[in-house]
Amino acid sequence: MALIREGAIVPDTWQNIADDQELDCTQRAIITLARWQSAGDDLRTTNRALGIRLRGDQHPAAIVADLGRFDLVALEFAKFTDGRAFSHARTLRERYGFTGELRAVGEVLRDQLLFMLRCGFDSFEVADSSAATFAATTPKISVFYQATGDGRVPVRALRNTRA
Amino acid sequence: MYRYDAFDQTLVDERVEQFRDQVARRLSGALSEDQFRPLRLLNGLYLQLHAYMLRVAIPYGTLSSRQLRTLAHIARTFDRGYGHFTTRQNIQFNWVRLDQAADILAALASVEMHAIQTSGNTIRNVTADHLAGVAADEIEDPRIYAEIIRQWSTLHPEFSFLPRKFKIAVTGAARDRTALKVHDIGIQVVRDAAGEAGFSVLVGGGQGRTPMIGHVIRPFLPKADLLAYLEAILRVYNEFGRRDNLYKARIKILVQTLGPAAFTAMVEEQWQALRGPALALPDEELARIAAHFAPPTYARLPAASAALAAARAEPVFERWCRHNLLPHKQPGYAIATISLKPEGGVPGDATAAQLEALADLAERWSLDEVRVSHEQNLVLPHVRQDDVPALWRELRAHGLATPNAGLITDIIACPGLDYCNLANARSIPIAQQIQRRFANRERQEEIGAIKIKISGCINACGHHHVGHIGILGVDKKGAEFYQITLGGDGSERAALGEITGRAFAAAEVVDAIDTIIDTYLGARRHGEAFIDTYRRVGMVPFKEALYGAH
Repeated sequence: MALIREGAIVPDTWQNIADDQELDCTQRAIITLARWQSAGDDLRTTNRALGIRLRGDQHPAAIVADLGRFDLVALEFAKFTDGRAFSHARTLRERYGFTGELRAVGEVLRDQLLFMLRCGFDSFEVADSSAATFAATTPKISVFYQATGDGRVPVRALRNTRA
Repeated sequence: MYRYDAFDQTLVDERVEQFRDQVARRLSGALSEDQFRPLRLLNGLYLQLHAYMLRVAIPYGTLSSRQLRTLAHIARTFDRGYGHFTTRQNIQFNWVRLDQAADILAALASVEMHAIQTSGNTIRNVTADHLAGVAADEIEDPRIYAEIIRQWSTLHPEFSFLPRKFKIAVTGAARDRTALKVHDIGIQVVRDAAGEAGFSVLVGGGQGRTPMIGHVIRPFLPKADLLAYLEAILRVYNEFGRRDNLYKARIKILVQTLGPAAFTAMVEEQWQALRGPALALPDEELARIAAHFAPPTYARLPAASAALAAARAEPVFERWCRHNLLPHKQPGYAIATISLKPEGGVPGDATAAQLEALADLAERWSLDEVRVSHEQNLVLPHVRQDDVPALWRELRAHGLATPNAGLITDIIACPGLDYCNLANARSIPIAQQIQRRFANRERQEEIGAIKIKISGCINACGHHHVGHIGILGVDKKGAEFYQITLGGDGSERAALGEITGRAFAAAEVVDAIDTIIDTYLGARRHGEAFIDTYRRVGMVPFKEALYGAH
């Protein structure tokens, strides 16, 4: 897999750690929600960099109390047509105020890139074979009717400034 | 009418080019059909039985002459010379080629139209009362809010991959002409005790396999909160709607499973979190959009036209006036229904020549405006009563003066198995048989107001659940059969039809309808409409007449 950030293929400094895999303290580990929920104080209180991966059926409300503990949240698109992660991303960014890395994983396709950016994702895990085209993808739409937390100025604000 | 500004125009233009690129990638093989399908669906392009079908949005059912001419041009250039108006204020072109689809979208964009989100699991084209702005029973023009919703829902980054399709209707009137209560969300303009206008919000209605009447989850929503509240509903649905079973994925199932009270609590909690300057609708924005829907400049006329009254001495014209003219809120004007249900025609079809003729007539006699109704008819909303006789003569010359609005031959029908790859049975031939059986105009008048609605499958595009008489095509071991329901109603008195009993073979349907009508005529009290008789006497006499006493 390749990682895309800001239109470039970048090295991934994180590792996905399966539940049956040992955690060693040098890793920047992305763990599952199940592992986090059964983790002892050692994991909760150490200073190590930690990421968490949520499936579409795992609402970010499950980690809202611990959100400060995570430098990265990875949201999984089991299929690209499963749009729950779009809502979860906005909830994390705009409601819970998460400022760390928000990574799209699973079936992540370039035709949804703009929607993902607008919902607050800032990194994208894609197949090696599509990494170059994904990185080169530029949004084809420049007009936004919705005010989301990504900072793009919605049409209504532009209309007001023009008037 | 709403006119695009530079932002609206840029978006539809960019969308055309984006889709052109996606089609090119599909044609080159860079995109698989599986990957391309959701992209084409977001642009209204279906693969049907015989060809691609393009569904074009007519937001809140309002068209200008210029737009109508472009639809005629598309029908003639890219289709086989006609288009089909649907039950959701869309027009479908049934014989489209993939390599020309982007050119059609470009033609639409040139007249401020698009096919964005007319299919797929998205917020679909927003519909509204086809008598918006001209009906006397209206609090406010619903198109103001429908346009606001159109913009908010267009390419919404969060809600473009919902569990299932999502339909919103808006009305500003007490009488419901939008089938509001069988929509995913129904918005009705209402006044609170202080006389302030706001919205009643209804959620979880729907037709299809599991028909349901929606629940009012908020009796009064201040105008400024419209988008925050819609966003709250959609977020709850997007997060918690079922995705494991296509047939249980609509919001009605979520509302039913949670119960309306628990669902409402989740929405209200989300709404409180979303309320804020980003989603609030300021008065200036409301005023800016409302200005587009300001009433046109009407002439000052006497309430009743002597010329029209004199012309009505002609019986054929009088019959058309009796059924196809509605009172206008402006003195001296009338609303004309253009029936797209000629005997033996395809309900909702219009030829390119008819569309062009209507464009001319609208320009000349209806302040450049045409409406599309969910009953698959067109409406000229602003006709001077003095001009009605001349208008009618022109309509007649183009085969557009069928005097049957609201009568038994004014049938809603989906395209059915003649076109649609979901259908179990044909709808159009059944509609045509009924029209022929009841072709006698005196008999139609004697029967009076009645709504027959036909769907070729359980997806219910023909609204059969809310037909006074509903007809549903089913497949029985490879043969086309039809289940009949009675007592459905899509109005403010919404009700779902009850099944009469075993289904009828295609050849038996018309006789069954005849039996139902005879039973009604025998049972009705003076002046009573079919639906009222049915409500009074119930299913039993109809069942006995159809199937015998046992």
